[in-house]
Amino acid sequence: MHNPQLNKHGELQHLLTIDGLPRDVITAILDTAAPFTEVAEREVKKLPLLRGKSIFNLFFENSTRTRTTFEIAAKRLSADVVNLNVSTSSTAKGESLLDTVDNLCAMQADMFVVRHAASGAPFLIAQHLLATGRDHIHVVNAGDGRHAHPTQGLLDMYTIRHYKKDFTNLTVAIVGDVLHSRVARSQISALTTLGVPEVRVIGPKTLLPTEVERMGVRVFHDIREGLKGVDVVMMLRLQNERMNGALLPTPQEYYKVWGLTAEKLALAKPDAIVMHPGPMNRGVEIDSSVADGAQAVILPQVTFGIAVRMAVMSMLAGQQGSNK
Amino acid sequence: MQKLDAEALFQTLVEQMRPHVTPDTALVGIHTGGVWLAERLHRALGLTLPPGSIDVSFYRDDFGSKGLHPQPKRTAIPFDVEDAHVVIVDDVLYTGRTTRAAINELFDFGRPAHVDLAVLIDRGGRELPIAARYCALTLPQPLPASQSLQLETDATGALTLRLIDA
Repeated sequence: MHNPQLNKHGELQHLLTIDGLPRDVITAILDTAAPFTEVAEREVKKLPLLRGKSIFNLFFENSTRTRTTFEIAAKRLSADVVNLNVSTSSTAKGESLLDTVDNLCAMQADMFVVRHAASGAPFLIAQHLLATGRDHIHVVNAGDGRHAHPTQGLLDMYTIRHYKKDFTNLTVAIVGDVLHSRVARSQISALTTLGVPEVRVIGPKTLLPTEVERMGVRVFHDIREGLKGVDVVMMLRLQNERMNGALLPTPQEYYKVWGLTAEKLALAKPDAIVMHPGPMNRGVEIDSSVADGAQAVILPQVTFGIAVRMAVMSMLAGQQGSNK
Repeated sequence: MQKLDAEALFQTLVEQMRPHVTPDTALVGIHTGGVWLAERLHRALGLTLPPGSIDVSFYRDDFGSKGLHPQPKRTAIPFDVEDAHVVIVDDVLYTGRTTRAAINELFDFGRPAHVDLAVLIDRGGRELPIAARYCALTLPQPLPASQSLQLETDATGALTLRLIDA
């Protein structure tokens, strides 16, 4: 089957989703990210790999952490980064997505980092570039609607591998608002591709997608039952802004039943790690004592995220020669 | 071509370097052969600073045409580069491009006082104005581009050189 993310040599052309990405490509990204983590400790925190490349951060949806870490990653690779803020851009004046892209291509863009509220927007851009013969320009999905957030999924895998070494003997729990979460979809795809034998999703029926079992996960509607004996707890943010209708009672009530407290975490393995993609709602999905506790690896996730994004961008940009 | 005895060449290199190094001379090996050499030289010369290692994947000048090298290794410089006397160590000196990349990378860690280059073999074929201060053997005739020389090591750390026809 044609994979729009890979070129004819099986190399990464765009990063749109983890779903369908071969295991060896995921592993290669994680392996490549490892030496990038060391750059932050240098006198000069820069590598010359993307010198002279122009990377456009196209954020049609608000984000601070993701946009900033993409920007730092690109700058540490010596690329020129242009941030486009949608509220001040032509889109606000009615320009279409693809017209915006065409204009930026005319400014010699080499890569687009795209976040959009509509699922599939980065794929649409990649298809458009292919159809117009500009497939030397790369697209990185920085989160599209409820679909995917592949670099988040990859940095989560990097974090798990850093602390747990091997994926093939782990039990991993994903807790909370799976329904609205593109992060959860990317995590599930990555975990199952990397051979994690048991992936659990834990949440209220109203916040789990129907037939989520078909993604290869075990479903729990009781958080205490679901957390028993797990190695990794991946919390999700409660996405108030994406909710239509009454899926939830109140944040306080959600916290009482679904919030990760020290008492609930004690049901997991003693050396279990706690992850969160941010931004955290303290006192809603996670208690402060857990978020700041010894088992939390939430800030290392952010740091690893820079290295993983450096790896993705340099692997994409480095392919420009080989498919010419 | 004559049979290359890597261990004998190593001893030659040690004797060349011995009169010129001080205990605080710092060695930096280029992955992978240069790292093995730097570790052996460090012991043989009785140096105090721990040897560093450099993987030049992120500094190569053929990134634009060849892309990123698969499986890049970690660069580790465990001493302060500022004002240090550094000897970059590599197994084979060829075009000089790897040395160029290693010097660039080294300078991102600080401003060394002095940088030298030590290699086991100079195979000829330079494309940049780079020469080794310490070199155990310069091949009388440059090796054809189709051939490559590879340093290998076994479990005991013994070094051998292999000529590979592409």
